[in-house]
Amino acid sequence: MAFDYDKYIRPGKLPHIWCPGCGHGIVMKGLIRAIDSLQLDTKNTAIVSGIGCASRLPGYMDCCTLHTAHGRAAAFATGVKLAKPEMNVILVGGDGDGTAIGGNHFIHACRRNIDMTYIILNNKIYGMTGGQFSPATPTGAKASTTPYGNPDPPFDIAKLAIGAGATFVARGTAYHATQIDKLIAEAIQHKGFSVVEILDDCPTTYGRRNKFKSVIEMMNHLKETAVPVKAAEKMTAEQLQGKVLTGVLYKEEKPEYTTEYAKVIERAQAK
Amino acid sequence: MAKKVAFLQGNEAAAHGAIYAGCNFFAGYPITPSTEVAEVCSLELPKLGGKFIQMEDEIGAMAAVLGASLAGSKVLTATSGPGLSLKQELIGYGCIAEIPCVIYNVMRGGPSTGMPTGPSQSDVMSAKWGTHGDHPAILLVPASVQETYEEIIRAFNLSEKYRTPVMVMPDEIVAHMRERIVFPEPGEIEVVPRKAPTVPPEQYKPYDTSFGDVPPLASYGTGYKFHVTGLNKMQDGFPTTKAEIVQAEEERQVRKVNANVDDIVTFEEYLLDDAEVAVIAYGSTSRSARYAVNAAREQGIKAGMFRIKTFWPFPDKQLKALAGKVKGFVTPEMNLGMCTGEVERCAQGKVPVLGIFRVDGEPINPDQIVAKIKEVK
Repeated sequence: MAFDYDKYIRPGKLPHIWCPGCGHGIVMKGLIRAIDSLQLDTKNTAIVSGIGCASRLPGYMDCCTLHTAHGRAAAFATGVKLAKPEMNVILVGGDGDGTAIGGNHFIHACRRNIDMTYIILNNKIYGMTGGQFSPATPTGAKASTTPYGNPDPPFDIAKLAIGAGATFVARGTAYHATQIDKLIAEAIQHKGFSVVEILDDCPTTYGRRNKFKSVIEMMNHLKETAVPVKAAEKMTAEQLQGKVLTGVLYKEEKPEYTTEYAKVIERAQAK
Repeated sequence: MAKKVAFLQGNEAAAHGAIYAGCNFFAGYPITPSTEVAEVCSLELPKLGGKFIQMEDEIGAMAAVLGASLAGSKVLTATSGPGLSLKQELIGYGCIAEIPCVIYNVMRGGPSTGMPTGPSQSDVMSAKWGTHGDHPAILLVPASVQETYEEIIRAFNLSEKYRTPVMVMPDEIVAHMRERIVFPEPGEIEVVPRKAPTVPPEQYKPYDTSFGDVPPLASYGTGYKFHVTGLNKMQDGFPTTKAEIVQAEEERQVRKVNANVDDIVTFEEYLLDDAEVAVIAYGSTSRSARYAVNAAREQGIKAGMFRIKTFWPFPDKQLKALAGKVKGFVTPEMNLGMCTGEVERCAQGKVPVLGIFRVDGEPINPDQIVAKIKEVK
């Protein structure tokens, strides 16, 4: 039987704003399947975003949704989660929103290990503002503000998250659509700050400037560069050159922020 | 039974006043000279089951209080000058998304890092014009420790009543001086709860104007699923660029405050009945002004004081009326004329407005005010 996505979508809020060929819709379907598989109560689920194409995703979802300001999703979400720790809090945003203007909030949410899941849709570009380069844009790539090629080295977002203290970090791609829901579901179930980076495509503002002739070519690129972590174990450094690892990259159990804060309250009230 | 009294700093009183008002969530970032508010909140809120979080920066602190407010908390943040500048975009978010929150800003010298431990009154325009776009502004300027306690309660009440950020801005003198404070009993000062929706969740719209200019606000996690955005929005909270909706919503957001000026604006009149010279003052400067008015009276000069307690909305009506009665206004302030410009607007050319401006980190003393009073012919 076909999966009923409508159950989780707000009637009347579609069509979405995304361009033809954009992978964001694939990620949204993955998020819906994850929510469904965990049977999350949508009344008790907050989806929080910043600004940009990816940040419009929550508006289509029938949950408590909060479309905030540029880069501030993690900080808003921290307020929601600390005020109501019983809520499921899911963040959705792009690479520029999350790691440039929102970089500080991102690393500190990782450090606090507050129980939220941050889905970063990494299409390596600022899409909505017209294709300016982001902290994830590869060196040498063309963007509307790097007409001579990008001089900046890019972030490895997953490594950044691990380094900052996130306790669950996974990576998938918009090509590997059936894997997305499993990664997101595992991230949501993880008690702590979890990051799911989805390598995504932006044919309109990235692809056409960087010699991707079609969406299919971009999708094939995602397919060809992705290597599952288990397969990578058997590969040489040479074979891994230019590849990106996918799957669950990091997982550890550490004290979670709202649980630790509940102990602060206990200690304060015991005095 | 005698009431509980204490010897407190303005900042400490602010934290205790917030708790009286039901504040159960504080997010902040340390900045002089406001840090005692965070310190008291970190100590007191957990005892009551409330939450304190020190965020990574001022913007994060403002974001966290907005998120917590949507989750049903009564929220406070505290900052000072440069921190207020950083918070401005999200104060605007609070205005357009109509999220109750209280911002306590201790005025120190500026711009930029300025004089971190020196007093000023130079953020009053920032409160009105700091964030971009048209938006309502409510700013309270207490003059004593007791008043800081009481005004922060009023700030929470106004914030909930009008669904908008409210600012409380003591100058550094009021924030750091210690005075005797008498705590009100529970129930003695009214605490206004947030107006919750009465409609079932499936009918709820967060900006439903059929409930008036201030629609009820549901909380996340209570069965109501709704959308909040910083974009111009429709009644259901979703973005729109439809001209007539944007125009109407922008006007409503400002109107909900401007149409209720008489409910919001508070002031004190001191010896104004027969006054020929009116000193217009606020914050710690009003304490020097009171002394100066008494000194002038002793010298046979009919001086009085109009003390501004609510800076925004500005007490236009009262000052316009006063301009018709006196020979001149004297406006002492610890900036280079921010309030004076507003008073000149209200004076409408009927009376001269003589300013006293100090930005050297020193308080304005009564002698300066008396001397200026004497200049009014």
